[in-house]
Amino acid sequence: MIVEFLLNGEPATARIVSPVSLLDVLRDQLELPGSKNACEQGECGSCSVVLDGEIVCSCLVMAADVGDSEVVTVEGIGGDGLTPVQRAMHHSGAVQCGFCTPGIVVVAADLFARNPNPTTLEIKEALAGNICRCTGYGAIIRSFEKLARETS
Amino acid sequence: MHFHHPTTLADATQAVAEGATPLAGGTDLMVEVNFRHRRPEHVVGLRKVEELGAWEGNRIGAGVTWRRLEHGGPQALAEAARTVGSPQIRNAGTIGGNVVTASPAGDGLPFLVAVDAKVEVMSAEGGRLVPWDVFFVGVKKTTLAADELVTAIHLPESLPERQAFGKVGVRSAMVIATVGCVVTRTDDGKTTVGLGSVGPTPLRASRAEEMISSVTRPTESDLAEFQKMVSDEARPITDHRSTEEYRRHAVGVLARRLLERCLR
Amino acid sequence: MTAPSRVRPARVAGGVGDSTLRPDGIPKLEGSFEYAQDLWQEGALWGATTRSPHAHARIVAVDVSPALSIGGVHAVLTADDVPGSPTFGLEHSDQPVLASDVINYWGEPVALVAAEDRDTARRAAAAVKVRYEILEPLTDPGEADTRDEAFRRIRIRRGDQEASGPVVVEGYYETAMQDQAPLGTEAGLAVPDGQGGVDLFATSQFLHVDHEQVVASLGLSADQVRAHPTGIGGAFGSREDVNLHIHLCMLALRTGQPVKMVYDRSESFTGHVHRHPARMWYRHEANRDGTLARVEARILLDGGAYASTTPAVLANASYFAVGPYKCDSVAVDGVGTRTNNPPCGAMRGFGAVQVCFAYETQMDRLADALSMDPIELRRKNALTTGDHFATTGQIIETPLPTVEVLESLAAMPLPADSESDLLPGGSGLTTEARHVMRGIGYAIGIKNLGFSEGFDDYSQARVRLAGSGAVVETAAIEVGQGLVTVLAQIARTALGISDVTVEHVDTSRIDSAGSTSASRQTQVSGGAVLKAATTLRDRILHHHDGDDLTDQGVLRNGDVIVTMGELVADDWQETATFRHPPTTAPDEYGQGKLHADFAVAGHRAVVDVDPELGLVRVIRVDTAQDVGKALNPEAVLGQIEGGIMQGVGLAVMEELVVEEGIIRNPNFTDYLLPTILDAPDVEALLIEEDGSWGPFGAKGVGEPPTISSTAAVAAAIRAATGKAIERVPVRPQDIAL
Repeated sequence: MIVEFLLNGEPATARIVSPVSLLDVLRDQLELPGSKNACEQGECGSCSVVLDGEIVCSCLVMAADVGDSEVVTVEGIGGDGLTPVQRAMHHSGAVQCGFCTPGIVVVAADLFARNPNPTTLEIKEALAGNICRCTGYGAIIRSFEKLARETS
Repeated sequence: MHFHHPTTLADATQAVAEGATPLAGGTDLMVEVNFRHRRPEHVVGLRKVEELGAWEGNRIGAGVTWRRLEHGGPQALAEAARTVGSPQIRNAGTIGGNVVTASPAGDGLPFLVAVDAKVEVMSAEGGRLVPWDVFFVGVKKTTLAADELVTAIHLPESLPERQAFGKVGVRSAMVIATVGCVVTRTDDGKTTVGLGSVGPTPLRASRAEEMISSVTRPTESDLAEFQKMVSDEARPITDHRSTEEYRRHAVGVLARRLLERCLR
Repeated sequence: MTAPSRVRPARVAGGVGDSTLRPDGIPKLEGSFEYAQDLWQEGALWGATTRSPHAHARIVAVDVSPALSIGGVHAVLTADDVPGSPTFGLEHSDQPVLASDVINYWGEPVALVAAEDRDTARRAAAAVKVRYEILEPLTDPGEADTRDEAFRRIRIRRGDQEASGPVVVEGYYETAMQDQAPLGTEAGLAVPDGQGGVDLFATSQFLHVDHEQVVASLGLSADQVRAHPTGIGGAFGSREDVNLHIHLCMLALRTGQPVKMVYDRSESFTGHVHRHPARMWYRHEANRDGTLARVEARILLDGGAYASTTPAVLANASYFAVGPYKCDSVAVDGVGTRTNNPPCGAMRGFGAVQVCFAYETQMDRLADALSMDPIELRRKNALTTGDHFATTGQIIETPLPTVEVLESLAAMPLPADSESDLLPGGSGLTTEARHVMRGIGYAIGIKNLGFSEGFDDYSQARVRLAGSGAVVETAAIEVGQGLVTVLAQIARTALGISDVTVEHVDTSRIDSAGSTSASRQTQVSGGAVLKAATTLRDRILHHHDGDDLTDQGVLRNGDVIVTMGELVADDWQETATFRHPPTTAPDEYGQGKLHADFAVAGHRAVVDVDPELGLVRVIRVDTAQDVGKALNPEAVLGQIEGGIMQGVGLAVMEELVVEEGIIRNPNFTDYLLPTILDAPDVEALLIEEDGSWGPFGAKGVGEPPTISSTAAVAAAIRAATGKAIERVPVRPQDIAL
């Protein structure tokens, strides 16, 4: 079957022959490898995308289910140059291996769009579904605390 | 593969009648697919069926997400909703999915059993309301027929004034319950206790409920007795997440603490 | 004429000591950085692996025909198809590329499939019919020890074996199997070169040793295989061993097409080695003033089915069994057992983590028995430069600021009693403030830097002028730790040029950089870059009779006499190999100069515990760490915070549950990694002291954060609850029941 949807603001078409995830289709068919596959069970957040305005794990979205929906991946976050969320992370040492980074960018962008001035606890609660194995989260928290201060 | 995208309940139940696998938030089904335990070739997506997302008074549509329950559900259900997976999971996962999956650790289930919720199911032939203790029959086993769809959860007309939810897990967030519990208490003392992860299905601690409901102002020794009775009524097992002994202990401690919260 | 080698280069932007930003930060943030998982070539096939569902079995028959008959399947390979050496291994070639006769662990590879898409490849792998005769697995490491199923035994005897002290504490301790759980699973792409050779792009920590093993099992000559560096999503030891590397090449060579393989998370849990579970018995004897009179230890690490790095991990556990303390009477017996459990090998801390939990618990018990402050007891016994190392007897020659670590740690401010934004139980709402007990625990640990026991530990690097500046070439693997940043910093400072990039190159273009492990790359590959860059600068200045080298070119008396463009056109380059100070193999009593350098770190953990439910929240972990010289302070902090988090994970939640040889929780639902809500606040003090042989005095910083953080958390839980806490991770039932 053919699934048509809006992907990062552009019409996209995918050919679906089995109950694969949106993540697989993004990575293997639509040449958007920014969303990462690290657990395939919604326990790490590396594959986070925005589906119809809400962040979800794209590994748990059946690709066949996104017909007529709108999907934004890390590749569709921002435009020219880094967004404030990305810049904050870059300048605070919040990236190491980077495998969790795209998911964190997607979730943090959603957080700051809804609440430009989150508290530390709100930052942590928003990112509770994004596992990072390298940083111990310290630099990630600091980067967003700093961004929250700058935007307040 | 064949995928239906109905917008009406009638079309959805028709697809189920034709053998389609229902897909709501995907947070359970897609794990099974990704791990190659299931491979449904005929699927009906429920995300766009408006009736399933409807939430009016005591009738919560099966498609209502944890995210919505977190912000507008009855107190103990909202508290439970906040512990479901991650923000991403709560945006996708639904209360109907929790009920259909019927995991002993389902975070919404202790509340539903504590308030004697009923499960509304529908097929192309019509619908029925199933009491929770008829619906849940074993680990991930329910009496839902192959051609039926869970369409809503019916809560009682009036809910207990005091409710408290708690869940034991070794991680601060995004963790499967080692023990889950909801205690409710009305102003006139009627107490219910719903338990999760301590039996093949969600359970009620009926004897403990009966004992504590008859006490207007529980004393320290009543609370201790209540704790012990809850522990005794649990039917936990040992698995890779915890031990029978710990679960039995923790469920009593947790129930007592939640009762104390209700009494304050 | 000037004497260029004595000219110190001017301070350069992005040089040593700056918290220079990562060059790969932006692509990683934009999602465009290419990881091994993302590699693709037109016409590539997907590979998949058939694995044993049994921990121990005899293979009676393998029938590949059901897999071959699936449309889109191009090849199904078994042990008979391995062209060269049927086995591989880091130190001992004992692990079958594909099992041919006996299965020795759950998940052992039996067959390989290449197919047109991933789904088909996986279905075909499942369709391979293997008939097994199930055998009784040996899963109890104690039983394995009795039967002398051992990869290595170590016997250390130092000093007067009759020595004794009046104050005695004994204990038995266990640590569980931990997983590295890097977020990127094993992945790679093998591309046949059309002439019988192959190019391999796969996850790795040690390209040249992957290459050696791949070449041997393919039966090719070294120049027919090129192992290329790729983008890597974390490692922590899990990528030291070969896993899919030989398999990918076999499939590519057989099909004549590129083949891609990516393990899913559950396959990853069987596809790499884990941190050894340990059983440790200890006896400490002290004099009344607290000085250690004798330490005895028996250490058992379960190596699982194949050797991997068990001999070296066991060596580390044994040599670091006393910790950063002086003691002149020591007896340590270590064994690394062979069982049918999952193979264990390298993980951050490499044997030093397990024993640290045991010896630091012993030190706390000893302080109790002596009625002495635990910090004072540690200070009294602290090992430092010039002392004999308690186990191997070697003299500590590089700076070892154990006392400074202890004292600065103890002096760091503590949080207010009430300070915590979250309670134990987290979002589960189990716990109120009145249920909580707070505890504080200290631990310090020590580890070797670089490879030990006489291993020829070297790295080669090349620095050449290109573009508008310099390029560093290395085969050292960047796994996320920031080597790519720090090597450029070293080159900038050494050359005096700010425009420096790092290029990770394949095995055909440069000699080995050694492994990205043992906290060694900054020191050893950094040493090679420093040597190459310094020599190159000297040669250029000498050649042009200049007195300074800058981004503009060669300067004499402040004037540019040769431009950078002219230098680049002359193809200036220098290749250098750096070796750390030589070490020796141990004698029969484990004595000798076995280690080239050491680092110490200390941790102070503050925990809130709900004793009735056994739930723990780690509030903060403060640390002081011996870093030599922080070449990039922010990157050092990143290593410290990340390492502490993994130590906290082992202390309170991370455990691979293995029953009868089978991993019961090979997924992220049940192998719990700490979330951001579990992260403690961290305050880190970097202790800098000149004198190590690393570039600019730098020491490796990756592992020390993981060594004693686990022990500190366990000590804090002990302080909060009064429970003995003799095993990590501490489970709720260990506290509540």
